[in-house]
Amino acid sequence: MRRSPTIWEQAESLGHSRRDFLQFCAWLAAAAGLESSSVGQVVHALETKPRLPVVWFHFQECTCCSESFIRSSHPIVSDIILDKISLDYTETLQAAAGHQAEAALHETMKKHHGEYLMLVEGSVPTGADGVYCCIGGRTSLDIVKEAAEGAKAIVAWGSCASNGCIQAARPNPTGATPIHEIITNRPIIKVPGCPPIGEVMAATIVHLLAFDTIPDLDAVGRPKAFYSRRVHDTCYRRPNYDAGLFVESWDDENARRGYCLYKMGCRGPVTYNACAVTRWNGGVSFPIQSGHGCIGCSEANFWDNGPFYSHLENLPGLSIEANADAVGMTAAVATGAGIVAHAALTSVRKRKVIVDQEREGLERDGQQ
Amino acid sequence: MANSIVIDPITRIEGHLRIEVEVKDGKVVDAYSSGTMVRGFELILKGRDPRDAWAFTERACGVCTTVHALASVRAVENALGITVPPNAELIRNLMFCAQYLQDHVVHFYHLHALDWVDVVSALGADPKKASEIAQSLSSWPKSSPGYFTDLQRRLKTFVESGQLGIFANGYWGHPAYKLPAEVNLIGVAHYLEALEWQKEIVKVHTIFGGKNPHPNYLVGGVPCSLNIDEVNAINAERLAHVGQLFEEAERFVDQVYIPDLLAIASFYKDWGAIGSGLSNYMAYGDLPVNGYADVGAFKFPRGVILNRNLAEILPIDGADPMEVQEFVTHSWYDYAGGDQVGKHPWEGETKLHYTGPKPPYEQLEVNQKYSWMKTPRWKGQPMEVGPLSRMLVAYASGRQEVKDIVDGTLKQLGVPLTALFSTLGRTAARGLETKLIAGWAKEFYGQLLANIKRGETRTANTTRWDPSTWPAEARGVGLTEAPRGALAHWIVIRDRKIDNYQLVVPSTWNASPRDAQGQMSAYESSLIGTPVANTDQPVEVLRTIHSFDPCIACAVHLHDEHGRSVHHLNTF
Repeated sequence: MRRSPTIWEQAESLGHSRRDFLQFCAWLAAAAGLESSSVGQVVHALETKPRLPVVWFHFQECTCCSESFIRSSHPIVSDIILDKISLDYTETLQAAAGHQAEAALHETMKKHHGEYLMLVEGSVPTGADGVYCCIGGRTSLDIVKEAAEGAKAIVAWGSCASNGCIQAARPNPTGATPIHEIITNRPIIKVPGCPPIGEVMAATIVHLLAFDTIPDLDAVGRPKAFYSRRVHDTCYRRPNYDAGLFVESWDDENARRGYCLYKMGCRGPVTYNACAVTRWNGGVSFPIQSGHGCIGCSEANFWDNGPFYSHLENLPGLSIEANADAVGMTAAVATGAGIVAHAALTSVRKRKVIVDQEREGLERDGQQ
Repeated sequence: MANSIVIDPITRIEGHLRIEVEVKDGKVVDAYSSGTMVRGFELILKGRDPRDAWAFTERACGVCTTVHALASVRAVENALGITVPPNAELIRNLMFCAQYLQDHVVHFYHLHALDWVDVVSALGADPKKASEIAQSLSSWPKSSPGYFTDLQRRLKTFVESGQLGIFANGYWGHPAYKLPAEVNLIGVAHYLEALEWQKEIVKVHTIFGGKNPHPNYLVGGVPCSLNIDEVNAINAERLAHVGQLFEEAERFVDQVYIPDLLAIASFYKDWGAIGSGLSNYMAYGDLPVNGYADVGAFKFPRGVILNRNLAEILPIDGADPMEVQEFVTHSWYDYAGGDQVGKHPWEGETKLHYTGPKPPYEQLEVNQKYSWMKTPRWKGQPMEVGPLSRMLVAYASGRQEVKDIVDGTLKQLGVPLTALFSTLGRTAARGLETKLIAGWAKEFYGQLLANIKRGETRTANTTRWDPSTWPAEARGVGLTEAPRGALAHWIVIRDRKIDNYQLVVPSTWNASPRDAQGQMSAYESSLIGTPVANTDQPVEVLRTIHSFDPCIACAVHLHDEHGRSVHHLNTF
């Protein structure tokens, strides 16, 4: 049997220089949060591994995860990630349709039983025996169970597959269900967000390819590399929060100075994601930088923790300084009280600073 | 004897679409289009804050992201009587243009091209000849013989690996593929280049809306502020980035997309007489240049064309209960007043009721209900929506720049005006409007800079932000043009909450099942007469369906976390 070419051999044949390849490996290591001494390990892994068979399912979703994935920005990611895995089934991109597409899926499931990676975009409706999502005449419930049987691991892309997302919001008319509630005997990596950041999606695949391990996950099953820090704690506007400098109304003077959006409903204090560090679309910006609060899209049930522009003070709170794992379990229902408590404390502590800064600001404005 | 073909899933689209056709004597004689997934958006929106609706409805689709957010904020602004500042309109226009540029290019190369471009044939191309052809088509720099030689080697290695990935089981070698091997090779090269480029233009959304897909919008304006003296706002650096992205986009459209489109079209002129379908075309129009209230000044004009009569443009009123109506005669929903009635969206109902075959099934019961899509009609008539409709309405409205580009293209291809009403016409119209939009984006950008220069920097109108300023009841409609066609949201606000919300989206107009009178919608109608050389490889059906750019998730309206086990395995 012919040996499948390794990722390095493929990269070389695709015209990438050794230098490109090593840079890519270094980037992977950085993206996965590794020390520079691990680069050699990444290089070795990619040089020696044949392409991993991958099947990508679409159930109840809007395809924003696929779109985000193809936005992944590092120069050779689209070549390496799209070509270095063998993407054998994806309704969005594959050439074949209908029974030829299904044949490609079944061939991979049979030939690589126990070896393929299963990526799931979308929730699975369990209402009305699953008829709310059918593909090729079969329910998604049926399909996901069958495919999971031979999967080495499952990645739940986005909030739909991770926690049900919008279709699971009240009153969840179709019984939309996240993957981990249906499949319980396979490792599942959740990469939530609506959508997740493209580079985070790419890095999750790369981690599996390069290190042969499931990334270290938090208490709700998300890679710690990208979901262990609150947006609030990594936000570049945090000093404004600490100083009590807030946007009070859209496009007011404070908005034009880029003050903190907490009073406009920002969910940064209860949202674990890499937005403020990795940022979006090649590091160009992230919601807060562009003037809108975080809506908390990587947390379970974020749609029902609205309205987005006000705080939910009547919800049970918890210490805002709790560690990431503990908060991750209940962060989704903690929106209001936690923020308010934090703000009140900070406000007392920082009152003098605020007064001073405001005076300074007034003086400056007066001079103009 | 008729031969029945089922294509499910239709791939290279957004969402879940199933097509069943009957083929007789090598041609499609009957067709049924079915949306097979539903999420129940309209039920989920009930009772929520109208200012949040844009975020919910934006999730209707991640491919045509932003357009639902735009329709939603307009619907709420219409209901509450809010006029957005001119800069907010311009920024919305710039985001609209960026969306079209990305979406149309991705559609052409990644969703549609493989219906026309035979990837396997490119293996046998002469790279030197491919280079000569590419250089004769445009001045795009990546066109040397060495470039195509390298690409071909990449492709050969890929195929020889035996792991064909996304290209596995394609209809390669089918007699319907007509391009010379060299043009196929150029097509594959630009497939890969377009994949790299598309992630750039969306940065316009990231700058103004914080992320893409699903950038942020705001009722009353846009969430970003303009301040040329502040690093934390839209300043000269951010604006320069936007300007450069549009410059690069225009170059890609002019030097890659349009030349490829014309080159490929010239080998498939017969498709200018296939896939015509309906003869009614509708566009809500968009890209305001003088405020959203001045519909006559939109870059894309509004109107309806009936029976291909380009001499008359009929007006559209989204608020008129007799104009836009939705039917559920063949859809898996119940209406309280019975299945034969049509309902204006303000009075719309969404009650899911599946009555189809029990899965797994081989065939749908097409004489009964067979889709999760409702069936919209305008004054009882089925309408085609999309780029072709927009170009036809603009052409018939006498817009000179549209007439020039359409007439010029027809002349260059040597085909008559009637070739527009076809599969090829739809695909060509999409490219032509992309070129127009690349130019318009630069106009909007210039206007934004001019406003800032004269001190006009407002981006939000907050006079009606506070719900206490709202009336007890309000109704609104927000119209826009998604890349795939006319899109509108209807909202009823009662006691400051959403009382009813209905989305009538382009793919619902085009892909819906038959109506109460048995009239077909655009997909079904356009398939009639389509040739099918080989019923096992119905590439011709895909061509016509893909020419509409299906986007199905939006067309079908639309636990306790404790105690679960999380698996940590050390080896993967």
